[in-house]
Amino acid sequence: MSLLTTEIRLEKTGDVVQLVPEHKLLIGLIEKGSHVLDLGCGEGDLLLALKVLKGVRAEGIELSEACIQACVAKGLFSVNQGDLDEGLADYPDKSVDYVISTNTIQVLHRPRVLIREMARVGKRCIVSFPNFAHWQVRLQLILRGRMPKTGKLPYEWHETLNIHLTTINDFRSFCHDAGLKILREIPFRTSASGKCTEVRLLPNLRADAAIFILEEAKSPAG
Amino acid sequence: MDEQSVGIVETKYFTFAEPPGEMPLECGRTLGPITLAYETYGELNAARDNAVLIVHALSGDAHAAGYHHPRDKHPGWWDVMIGPGRAFDTRKYFVICSNILGGCQGSTGPSSVNPQTGRPYGISFPMVTIRDWVDAQKVLIDHLGIKQLLCVAGGSTGGMQVLQWVASYPEMVRLAIPIATTSKLSAQAIAFDAVGRQAIQSDPNWRDGEYYGKALPRRGLSIARMIGHITYLSDRSMHQKFGRKLQDKSAYSYNLLTDFQVESYLCYKGDHFVNRFDANSYLYITKAMDYFDLTQTYGSLENAFAAAKAKFLVISFSSDWLFPTYQSREIVTALRRRRLPVIFTEIETDHGHDAFLLEFEQLTSLISNFLSHGRSQKS
Repeated sequence: MSLLTTEIRLEKTGDVVQLVPEHKLLIGLIEKGSHVLDLGCGEGDLLLALKVLKGVRAEGIELSEACIQACVAKGLFSVNQGDLDEGLADYPDKSVDYVISTNTIQVLHRPRVLIREMARVGKRCIVSFPNFAHWQVRLQLILRGRMPKTGKLPYEWHETLNIHLTTINDFRSFCHDAGLKILREIPFRTSASGKCTEVRLLPNLRADAAIFILEEAKSPAG
Repeated sequence: MDEQSVGIVETKYFTFAEPPGEMPLECGRTLGPITLAYETYGELNAARDNAVLIVHALSGDAHAAGYHHPRDKHPGWWDVMIGPGRAFDTRKYFVICSNILGGCQGSTGPSSVNPQTGRPYGISFPMVTIRDWVDAQKVLIDHLGIKQLLCVAGGSTGGMQVLQWVASYPEMVRLAIPIATTSKLSAQAIAFDAVGRQAIQSDPNWRDGEYYGKALPRRGLSIARMIGHITYLSDRSMHQKFGRKLQDKSAYSYNLLTDFQVESYLCYKGDHFVNRFDANSYLYITKAMDYFDLTQTYGSLENAFAAAKAKFLVISFSSDWLFPTYQSREIVTALRRRRLPVIFTEIETDHGHDAFLLEFEQLTSLISNFLSHGRSQKS
């Protein structure tokens, strides 16, 4: 991944983890002792940070065998090698406090199916994604007539895994259509040093990514 | 002999269930006395909480690691995994491996002498199941003064024993590592076992299992082993190893002699096997594998793990078509529904089912980390 990560030493245990910028925002959203399922958990850095800092019960799903090995080396005991496009059939309804998906939904073949699954399994879900309506993206396409490449979207068109990019406005209406209640929207911009700042004014233009906290609507629309 | 070898080891024997205290079996019959051959590596610590039980597959034995004498050409069957600095690190863990009940490499089985008749049991030996194998291992573990095993680990039929351990003695297992295994054999796997048994039983030398001291059913057992061996490899690994290469010739012989390398390899494997394995044991062990079905025994797979306390590391191999990945996933699903901590990974490999003996680098990384983290966390 060429996305910006920062190395953080967890004082309590001495473990060192690599976190992407929004992970710090995200850790602040999780209550102590929650049961967390991280989809596309990678090498388990977020899960380990949550385990050490928040005492969570940490579970992850990850496609890559090498990442699973790294998770085991970190002392994580619930990691499942699996394809998120196949859903979360192993998990009963509302069996997890938070289902987390960081910067992942845009690579899935069927993001709608997975987000609905997240809302079924989790009491709450936290989804983060890059905002394709960010001004840098718009400008590159309008002025240069080229496929956009930004800090959040660093790949060439022919090598990107991002097949379902969205904007904050599109995601908001998607949630409504998919029977999901938005509990909180956190549009943010990421500085060169990896600091995330919430964007309140014109978020769909000025935020390079967003975190949405969702739950299943009581009476799903549609 | 390298630094990571456990060195020269000795097989030990433990006998129990002396009449009238015979061991009850799942089939309703009883058996006694029972001897189990076993080996141990490393030291049991004072707290007696560092014991790891290794359970072997169909043709394995108690000799999992090290050498029996200085001129021994081959080490134990999982030597790459057991030793100082290896996955099952004998500087930290007390490793035990015993030959299964019904086997032929030191434990009581069909080739053992029935004390009541003074002659080998043959097919009068009771049908022992995987649950019985585990019950016998439990007596050995008690005898060694171990109340709780840090870990039970094994591949293939060994993995079935791991699952049975958790089902039968849930309080005794802290960490469970079932590798390349299943909670029940598929029809396809039973079919291969059945053909292997047919090969043995149709050998005229088999004589209803009464061949001891006479000509052995070598042909039948050899064919059974060849069939088994095909199921342990993969299309790709066979292609890489043999392709269509010819054995000691440059053109087809246009007769019925062996032409292809793969033929000659299988014949070698079969011939080699009959020198170390008893045909009746092969029949009994494959039958026990076929009977194994945790869903049927416990009502559901989840029920089998109802009282389990262990953390699990479930490993499958991408090219294993004997016990394919979906069968490991079924186990993982049941464990997850029981809210048990489970790590599942599928190792990408061309080695087929045999990968559990070959992919030792990935296995070492996974197992050594799982054991050391699992040991430091209180259950």
